[in-house]
Amino acid sequence: MNLCEIISEKAVITRLDSAQRDDVVVELVGALISAGAAAESMREELVEAALERERRGSTGFGRGVAVPHIKHASAKKITAAVGLSQTGVDFNALDKQPVYSVILLLSPANRPEEHLQAMEVIFKSLSNETFRRFLRQATTVGEVMTLLHERDTQQLT
Amino acid sequence: MADEPTAAATVTIRNRLGLHARPATAFAQIAQKHSSRVFIVGPSGEEVDGKSIMEILMLGATQGAELVIRARGGDARHAVDELARLVEDGFGED
Repeated sequence: MNLCEIISEKAVITRLDSAQRDDVVVELVGALISAGAAAESMREELVEAALERERRGSTGFGRGVAVPHIKHASAKKITAAVGLSQTGVDFNALDKQPVYSVILLLSPANRPEEHLQAMEVIFKSLSNETFRRFLRQATTVGEVMTLLHERDTQQLT
Repeated sequence: MADEPTAAATVTIRNRLGLHARPATAFAQIAQKHSSRVFIVGPSGEEVDGKSIMEILMLGATQGAELVIRARGGDARHAVDELARLVEDGFGED
């Protein structure tokens, strides 16, 4: 499993409209639906599932990134949306700092191994300082996808 | 420092969902309460900082995975014991 398999190009938002956690989750769930990764009828349920997870503990794990996630029976395969913010999002992050890169992960409910594998791939990338910096600076979907590809093919060190 | 106390324990991930974000958060928060440095060695020998949620999630440890918890510092034994108990209790999950 690699980043380009997990992250849907059609669900990359390089300029998030909102700077508030809940609205950013709404935007990113919308992106997953537009990308065909989730049904329109699931919109509210998916938003609520992500927010419920955040209320139990922020997925803003520090260093300007957050990885809200949803495990849902309606999901057929692992798909993630990416949202970038110039201004920073208040994600109630553990380090109290604003979040500039949000990866919203949707996983099938009954396949915990796949969810863990996707988290492993995502966090191995996000723990790379160069990757985090380039992701935050990306201004087009093309730049984001090129970065993901470079990371997948070990061109970033 | 060579003469700092060290401690280690081998543990197995018991809970069905594995070492996902909430257990990783619980682990890091308990590790952070201790002054000792805490490390986790994963199934393929990779070592991560036990006080960093991001690094713990890099392990991708599923149910049944064996991990080694290592600590170095004044409260190393206490840290390892408390963290080993957390893991072996399945983080309070099924």
